[in-house]
Amino acid sequence: MASDPVNETIAKTIADNDVVLFMKGTKQFPQCGFSATAVKILEHLGVPFKDVNVLEDQGIREGIKTFSNWPTIPQLYVKGEFVGGCDIMREMYTAGELHDLVCAKGIPHSHQHA
Amino acid sequence: MPMPAADIERMIKARFPDAQIALKDLAGDNDHWAAHVVSAAFKGKSRVQQHQMVYDALGGNMGNVLHALQLTTALPPD
Repeated sequence: MASDPVNETIAKTIADNDVVLFMKGTKQFPQCGFSATAVKILEHLGVPFKDVNVLEDQGIREGIKTFSNWPTIPQLYVKGEFVGGCDIMREMYTAGELHDLVCAKGIPHSHQHA
Repeated sequence: MPMPAADIERMIKARFPDAQIALKDLAGDNDHWAAHVVSAAFKGKSRVQQHQMVYDALGGNMGNVLHALQLTTALPPD
């Protein structure tokens, strides 16, 4: 099977960065409400992350959906693993599970337990 | 183009006959939905897998015709 350059780019991005958010727009300027929510959650946790703006790359925009078998954006990856989209991030954040995951994976973050 | 609630419900029911589905029109425009789906089929599956099952039941409409579906899934109480 011929290797797919888009797939390779995605795989390299999530291998090179502990926390990656594929989103519409940038973390400074999200261009979709769902992406904005995802950024806010990560900022609340104080987790440094790499943002990938899918609006700048049509190949990645479509490729990421196939990569994860997930039809929507944003998409969060932690240590190379697909965690979920906006709804799952919100659910996990509310339940404290996202913080647990970040701790369990040894990701530095500034959020303290209440 | 919006996707009516009846279609969303029908497609999910077709895949999960036991499903309890609560749909909420978030913006009053027939296009931004929140769905809560309860089914025994989710047993033993991760959240990502549960959502993938629902997206799969929606047959490629998610992210296309259906652009905003806020989804939560759960198992029925014992």
